Amino acid sequence: MSLTAQETLTREFLEIRCRILDLAAMLDRLERADDTVADDPRLKRIHEALDVLKKVHEDRAEQVQLTFSRPYDESWQQTLKVKPR
Amino acid sequence: MDYIDPHIHMVSRITDDYETLARMGCVALSEPAFWAGFDRGTVHGFRDYFRQLTEVEPKRAAQYGIQHYCWLCINAKEAENVSLSREVIAMIPEFINKPNVLGIGEIGLNKNTRNEAIVFLEHMELAIKYEQQILIHTPHLEDKYQGTRMILDMLIGDSRIDRSRVLVDHVEEHTVRHVLEEGFWAGMTLYPVSKCTPARAVDMIEMYGSERLMVNSAGDWGPSKPTAVPDFIMEMRRRKHPESLIRKIVYENPLQFFSQSQGFRFTPRDASETVVTQ
Repeated sequence: MSLTAQETLTREFLEIRCRILDLAAMLDRLERADDTVADDPRLKRIHEALDVLKKVHEDRAEQVQLTFSRPYDESWQQTLKVKPR
Repeated sequence: MDYIDPHIHMVSRITDDYETLARMGCVALSEPAFWAGFDRGTVHGFRDYFRQLTEVEPKRAAQYGIQHYCWLCINAKEAENVSLSREVIAMIPEFINKPNVLGIGEIGLNKNTRNEAIVFLEHMELAIKYEQQILIHTPHLEDKYQGTRMILDMLIGDSRIDRSRVLVDHVEEHTVRHVLEEGFWAGMTLYPVSKCTPARAVDMIEMYGSERLMVNSAGDWGPSKPTAVPDFIMEMRRRKHPESLIRKIVYENPLQFFSQSQGFRFTPRDASETVVTQ
């Protein structure tokens, strides 16, 4: 047995609110600085991950993880010249 | 609740941590060989480290009623030095029959390089030759997905590997399914910032069930929390999961996995005799 959606929201609402506020403040901090990181690929990943939260409707955690991951190269054994056993 | 931490680096922790773990219910733990925070220069440094894992730590743990087990290898960060890695791999059999050795680990990948893959495959050969279980480290952050898939490719590509005797550790939301679907055991590491939180670990239990899944703290010399497994237990209780399910994850599953190691011996807290599984 696990919690109902209502129980989960009641338990986690303030924590979700807090984390969204933290994120907003972090992004504001980046904006306020004298220099800019607008072209930094890490910031691009962050915005892609934020999009996942709004646009994806299941497995959000997995999709955010993949947003921050290098893609899998199926031919890595040929690329690295590693012989399988 | 009695629990087992299947992945914690006690050489990096103070004796007070053993006492705290015991107070929290830890009755046994396993300690994979890992990176010391600097690259060791010689095989002699590893020999001394393996003596620490097989002779010193079991005694330190026993003072607090904790049974200490370990795994031996040269870790992926030092695997770029292939010649040293080969010297270490050749030396490991000196220790393989020590009473607290469970197998070869934590082998794996770090930056997913050719040398890391070569040394991983040579560790696999060692494990196969000596019929040892394997504990695997998967890379951090952006390298985890590719590295985990590479590791699975190497394991699956060798028909001599018994998947039920391999634990792939540090799984997260994007890798856990791949590991479990291929028949391996999976470990979730509860670690600040860079790995998994107790809440997300419980999410994965709810999504994937309790078979072949464990949780660990990976407590080490960096920012980490050796009592993270009790945090997981608390989160499971707060979500109203039954004690039997919690016990399966934090006690019975590690015992089931460890029991496949040759000569594994474990004495339950309330038993008068040691259980010898093979």
